[in-house]
This record gives sequence, C-alpha cells and structure tokens, in this order.
Amino acid sequence: MMLTVSLELQQTLKEMNLTEGEYQKITNHLGREPNFNELGMFSVLWSEHCCYKNSRHLLKKLPTEGPRILQGPGENAGVVAIGDGIAVAFKIESHNHPTAVEPFQGATTGVGGILRDIFTMNARPIANLNSLRFGPINAGEDAQRNRYLFSRAVEGIAHYGNCVGVPTVGGEVFFDESYSGNPLVNAMAAGVLYDDELMESGAVGVGNPVLYVGSDTGKDGMGGAAFASRELDEASNEDRPAVQVGDPFSEKLLIESCLEAFQSGYVLSAQDMGAAGLTCSGAEMAAKGNKGMLIDLDKVPAREPDMKAYEYLLSESQERMLMVLDKGHEQAVIDIFSKWGVPAVVVGEVTDDENIRFLYHGEEVVNVPAKLLTDLAPSYKRGAEPPESERAKALRNRDPEEGLTDILLSEVGSWLEKLFGQLNIARPMGVFQQYDRHVQNNTLLASESNTSGVVRLRKKGGAFSPYSIALTTDCNPRYVYLEPWSGAKSAVAEACRNLACVGAEPLAVTDNLNFGNPEKPEIYYQLYYAVEGIKEACEAFQTPVTGGNVSLYNEHSGTAIYPAPVIGMVGLLENNATPMTPQFKSAGDEVALIGRFKPTLGGSEYQFLRQDEIYGRPPTISLQDEVRTLALVRQLIAESQVQSVSDVSLGGLLVSLVENTFKQNLSEQVGETGLGLALNLADLQARESLRLDALLFGETNGSYLISYLPDQKAAVQQACEEAKVAFEPLGAVLDSPVLTLQPDQKEISLQSALDQWRTTLAL
Amino acid sequence: MKFGIVVFPGSNCERDSFDAAVRALNEEAVYLWHQDTDLQGVDAVILPGGFSYGDYLRSGALARFSPMLNSVRTFAEQGRPVLGICNGFQVLTESHLLPGALTRNTSLQFLCRQVALTVENTKTLYTHQYTQGQTITLPIAHAEGNYFAQPDTIKQLEDNHQVVFRYAEDVNGSINRIAGICNKAGNVLGMMPHPERNLWKQTQWTGEGRPLFDSLYTSILKTLASV
Repeated sequence: MMLTVSLELQQTLKEMNLTEGEYQKITNHLGREPNFNELGMFSVLWSEHCCYKNSRHLLKKLPTEGPRILQGPGENAGVVAIGDGIAVAFKIESHNHPTAVEPFQGATTGVGGILRDIFTMNARPIANLNSLRFGPINAGEDAQRNRYLFSRAVEGIAHYGNCVGVPTVGGEVFFDESYSGNPLVNAMAAGVLYDDELMESGAVGVGNPVLYVGSDTGKDGMGGAAFASRELDEASNEDRPAVQVGDPFSEKLLIESCLEAFQSGYVLSAQDMGAAGLTCSGAEMAAKGNKGMLIDLDKVPAREPDMKAYEYLLSESQERMLMVLDKGHEQAVIDIFSKWGVPAVVVGEVTDDENIRFLYHGEEVVNVPAKLLTDLAPSYKRGAEPPESERAKALRNRDPEEGLTDILLSEVGSWLEKLFGQLNIARPMGVFQQYDRHVQNNTLLASESNTSGVVRLRKKGGAFSPYSIALTTDCNPRYVYLEPWSGAKSAVAEACRNLACVGAEPLAVTDNLNFGNPEKPEIYYQLYYAVEGIKEACEAFQTPVTGGNVSLYNEHSGTAIYPAPVIGMVGLLENNATPMTPQFKSAGDEVALIGRFKPTLGGSEYQFLRQDEIYGRPPTISLQDEVRTLALVRQLIAESQVQSVSDVSLGGLLVSLVENTFKQNLSEQVGETGLGLALNLADLQARESLRLDALLFGETNGSYLISYLPDQKAAVQQACEEAKVAFEPLGAVLDSPVLTLQPDQKEISLQSALDQWRTTLAL
Repeated sequence: MKFGIVVFPGSNCERDSFDAAVRALNEEAVYLWHQDTDLQGVDAVILPGGFSYGDYLRSGALARFSPMLNSVRTFAEQGRPVLGICNGFQVLTESHLLPGALTRNTSLQFLCRQVALTVENTKTLYTHQYTQGQTITLPIAHAEGNYFAQPDTIKQLEDNHQVVFRYAEDVNGSINRIAGICNKAGNVLGMMPHPERNLWKQTQWTGEGRPLFDSLYTSILKTLASV
C-alpha cells in the first residue's frame, strides 16, 4: 500500500518537475502534505524560470547600485534616472522554449510579456529590441526547420510590436548549430516615466480590494514556467498547450487603460500575470507587501465553462494583470477599464495573515504562506569555483591557428566575399524591415544589428527633452563557450562599445543568462564564471545590473546551447546630441584604428568558416583599456572631431572596415555609397607580428574604427595621446567601391562582397 | 484652428499626428473617441495609423462602423478636410469615402522603410506647398498597403488627377505605384506613407512631411477667411 502511494507520488512529482527533497520541504513548512492544487503552485513557482533556484546565489554577486538607479532588481523592471524628472524603465526576458515548439506565438508572447513588465511600472513603452539566436537557416540537415522557426519568430515579433505601437529599434541575430532545436528569443523593452511615479508590486492595506484586469482566463500555457525549465527533446512538440497565445490588440488596450488607471491614484500596486499566472502574481504581491491575499476563483473571468481550480491557478493566458486598489474607489478604476473595453473585476482582498488563499465553489482549495512560494523557494549552490572540464580545457588550449595555413594577399577578395556571405555577418535587413522602427516619432537611429538604436525622450506632456537613450543587446556566445569568464566580460564590453559608438554614456545593464542544464558540472562552470565576468565588467564600466532573466535547461536531445549571457544596455545622450553612425561619409576622409588591438583567430567567424568548428582562446580583454578608450571615443564624438565611429567586431578588422563602406541605413538604397578604401596595414602587421589572416579577420576587443577630415588628424591624434590610447592611421576613403591593402596592390572590387552582404539573409 | 484626431481602440499613431498639429503647426488638437459622435467643432479630421479594433476581419473594416465615423462621413460630405494616414487610409476605403482597397503587400510581410514618393498633384488642400513632380522621402510601415481597384476606377483616378502620391519604385505591389489618393472633391486624402513621421530634423520641425500639414493649415485659413 505504502509503495503504491509513493510510486504515484513519485510520478506526480516527476511530472511537476519537483524533487522529493522539495516535497519534504513543503510538507515540513506546511505541517501537512500539500493538496494537488498547492503542489501545482509549488511546481511552477519553484521552477528555475520563476525562482532561479540554480542561479539566485550567483546573481547576488552582481553590482546593483549606482547614483542613477531608482529601482534595482526585484520589481518588474529596473529604472534609471535620466534628468529633469524623466526616468527610464527597462528589462530583458527570454521566451526560448515556447519559440522552439510554436515560433510565432512563442516570440509574440515574449514581446508581450516584457512590455507588461515595463508598463506595470507605470512607464509608457518606447522601445523594443530583440536578441535572436537560431540554428543555421541555409545549410545543414535542420536548415529548413530552422528557417521556419526563425522566419515565424521574426513575424511574431513584428506582429506584436508593430500592433502595440512600440518601435523596434535594435537587437541582433546570431546563427549557430547549437541553437538548432533550441533557439533563443530574448526580448528587451524600455519605457519612460516621470517624477518618480513608480508603481510598486507589493500588496498594501488590509481589506483593500484585489482587481483582476484583462483577458479571460483559459487553459492555454498550462504550466508554461515548469515547461520552460526542462530540457527539450523530440516529444516537446507535444507540449504545445504549454505555449500561450498572444493578442497584441488586447495588450494595446491594456497599456492605455492601465496607464490611465494609474493616473487616477486609486491603484496602489500592480503586477502582471506572466509565468505561472494568477498563482505567481498573487503570491508575489502578497509576499512583497508582507500581507496575505484571498482570491475567489469563481469571480475570475473564464474563457470556458467548468474550469478546474488547478487550471485557474496555473493558466498562463496572456494580457492579464492583478492590482490592489484603494478601497471605496473600485468603480472609478473599473470605469476606466470599461471605457477601453478591458474586463476588470474585483476577485479578492488583501488580508493580514501573510498567506495566499484561493476559494473555489465556496471551498478553500489553497492556503499556503505566500513567502514559502517565493522568498523561501529552494536555492541550490553547486559549489564555489567549480573546476573546468578536461574537454573544455583541451578545446581552449588548442592553438587558434592550428590547421590553418595563412592566406595570400591575392586571396583577400575571395575571403571577404565568403565572410560577407556568412549568416552572422550578412545584413539582416530582411528581419529588421519587418519591424516598425519609427512609430511614436522619436527614433533618432534604428540599428540593424550589433549597434545601438537611439530614441528621443519627451518631457511629460510630449515636448522634446534634450535627452535621448541608446539601447543595445550583445553577446558573442562562441567566446563564452571557449572561456566563460573573459567571454562574458567581452559581452559587456561589446555592449558598452555599441553605446559609445553613437556617443552615449553607458548607464545600466539588464542581462539574460541563457545556458544549458546547470545540474551538469560543465554547464554550471560556464554559468558560474559568466556571472563572475559580468560582475567584474559591470563594476569596471560602473553599469549596475538592474535585473533581467535566467533561462536554463536550453538543451536539445542532451546537447547544450553555446552559453549566451546576453547583455542589454541603456546609455544616455544629452544636449540634443545627434547620434554618431558607423558608415564612412565621404571620399578623402581618413581612417584610423584606435584602442587596444589584439586580434586572434580563436572563436572567430573566420576560423568557423574555414574549420567548421571553433577552438583556442577567444579575444583577450583589458577592462582598464576598454574604459579609457570608451571615454576617448565619446569625447571625440562630443567635440565633433570624427565623421564616423564603429568598433571592430565579428569578422575582424577588414570586415568591419569594409562594412563601413556599405550604406546601412534602411532609409536609403544599399550599394549607393560607392565608397572604397585605400589602406596601408603593413606597419600594423609588422608591429603586432601577425599573420595576414589574423590581422585582417582575427577578432579583438577594445578597438574602434574612426574616420575624420584630413585637417582634423592632428587634433584626433593629440586627443589619443593625451588619453594614452593607441592611434593607428590605416588609410583613406576612396570614391569608388574598391579596396587596396598596400599602395602598389591591384584593386579588389567590393561589389561581390556587397552582394553577399545584401542577399544572404533575405527572408 | 482645431484638428480632430480620431482614436479607435488599437490606434497607435494618434500622438504622432498630434505632433503635427500641436508641435509643428502650433495649433490646437483634440482626440475624438471612437464611441463619441461630437466633432467638437474641429476644422479638419485626421484618421491616424495603427491597428483599429486589432484590424480583425480586415484592416479598417470594423472602424467604419464606429459612431465617430458616421460624424466623420457627414463632415467629409460637407467638403471639410479628412486626412487618413496608413490605417486611416484603410478606414477611408473600407468606409467608401475613397475608392479601391488596400490588400496584402506582395512580399506578404510587414514592410517598414523609407520610400521615395513623387508628388503627382499639387493642386490639393494638402499638397500645394510641394512642387509638381517633387520627390520626397517618407517612411512606410504596413502589411496591407497594396492598392487595388478595378481598371475603370484606376482610369478615373488617373484622369481626374486623384493620384496625389506615387511611389518612385514598386514597394508593395500597388497598381500604378499608387501611394495616396484623394476623392473627386479633393477634401479627403488617404495615403499609406507617414508624413507625420517625417516632421523633424534633429530639433527643428523641418521634415519633408511638414509641407503637407502647412498646406492643410493655409487651406483651412483660406476657407475660414472666405466664410
């Protein structure tokens, strides 16, 4: 008898993704065994997705405070102060697992979820970014499926972001085989709020009514948070009911009605219903406010009849919110929602017992301490300073140039053509032109990939303010895979460089840690050192981490993704500054490399192109040099001494140089610049004692490419000397699309590289 | 002078249009709620871009049944100015205030980019501050901007010079590269490109969409003077 029960329980626990130890912990705290409804709640709230049980102790190490930080981690989104009463809320969130099984809805609900995090803070959403990582869409056995997943995810993002009227101003796309079967969709959003009118999420005032707002509750997305905390396999497609369905029209009405309701002053706190729905928002509001909450499920608007208590509790139906109101003013708030056609109904009240309780058909079906679900959720420390696996060590210790013969000068043109035909270097215009980038009339710069979008901030009431914010996401997962510590530092540094390239001062970070199964030592090693790297870099750049998201168990059939600690960053431009752009402006301008230039083939796109694998140490990083060079770049832009700025990134020096001769602005036809480059790289190559391919295509941290009018050269050089930043003149911009690498060399036409760049990533 | 900007649930460019009236022209503007019928004495109506009623059924198809649109129809029939931008254009064709229909782009994708347009008719309320044949650049952002009408309708539009803006190159499959048309009387203009999203350069209200609103402004001034 005992055995049967225990087997049954074991099976239930397995289905609910809970361990027997966790079950014991619940029972001990409750003083009784949880009922089925309660167990379901623990299943989702104690999932990695909701409580970060494998990463919480690591995240505590990250710097979270700074003079501009109005809200650090712990609320729906982080908030930074800009000036003149203007503040910006921002956050990044993943929707990886849903995208793997239903890409359109998976991606749309990712955008919807992150937008709710923003406007729940009483911030009007002003910008979206999307960081996408998929399997290769043009070759390999999964190419067809990858293309389907990718193009549908892009359409989903476009559908949602365009309809809610929030411009998508940037993001990135990256392709690698490790994302076949487990793509990454990380959505970032930012919003503006005024006069510190932050909405909080903790329940306040015993006896105050709890208002349910938004779409009806249905059976979609059942247990989605628990689903998101498992590895994917062939059977995952059967999990499709765990994917929610998004409706941007409902969201748009929710945005407008919530912001209007918040203005009434009668909404005391609010929380969106995201992962784990009513269970999560109720428990979190109660726990945060040190209160209890009693909710009558029979009052919750249902999409279909005869829903079970369990289904109400765990539904992840989209576009729903929970709010605590000032008692006596319910009708005034409900009237605002009615005007917008948004359902709003009082479903419960704040209580003084610190327990979350649910009634169903008049009976109490759940009664557990709110904090047991949230603050007391398990946290697993898997040991400090975990050792590197032999396999990872061997991979990292290989010579980056192993098996690679150097290239000849005469072959440079054909290598350029091949590199510009790589998915990670080709122009992702097919993606970004599906996103509305101008709605709201504030977009100063819409980035296509790996740079920054810039959005003007308005004053309260709508007049122009002198401020704008630059936004970027970045991470090269190859570097992190080969060496998590320096790789994560590189991701932070690259994001900072993206901001500096437009002239912005980096302010703060939101991070999305996408990793495999942390129960495997090799993955935990990656996670542990990536967090160390982010910590160190964020301290160096003085960019606190205000929150973010952790997505673990990103594996497909037992193979983990390349770890991707995606860094979302917000930067500031003041004094009505016009953002700087990367493209060369006119023939005759001179081009120079500034900063620390230490290229390596380890983990480079070029190495991958030639060898179909990556190995060796990725680019090294000096945070001191990064910080110094960044300040100089911003100074050169502010003093109008440069015509263009970009960093040296994927593809290395020559790819970055040539890309700057292509017109990247979607507002204009590509290929019309007709610009080229006459370079002389001999000095640089000799001084750094580099092979030709390492010089041209090796990747590096810390380097920027600038162009300037010839008569500005002395001033630029002097500024570099004063800042103790290396200055290396490389050549000049030509008026025809050709390239020379040394004075007597035959011209290389850039036409075929341009064609590859334009056409490879068409959708 | 007072501009009325109709707000449907799902409109998302009402603030962009507000910029045009209030910040570029320095005039008054009011939002007209879809369920109201009172036009509040406005001198011109703007139907803004967005996804009215979620664009369910067809883009603009449900908006035509709103109470406010009845008032707008009467206003248009009196010869008063009605400008529909993007979703507003779709609402105008669905309401039969303008002929034809806007169908899916030939790419079957949402398309956001800057496009070159030629101003085909400068004798309208909206365009007299452009020069005939002038090329201007405005952004488009739509999935359904592929203008379609029966051949005889197209012929009428062309013969009457009702094609006000034409794409310089094919962007979405529109017949005759039509980007914007007016009614026969010339007081109702519908266009897919967004003039209200090219109003400023840096901090100055000198964008290439500005002359459209300047034209409308002086046209209304003239009408007011003649009354």
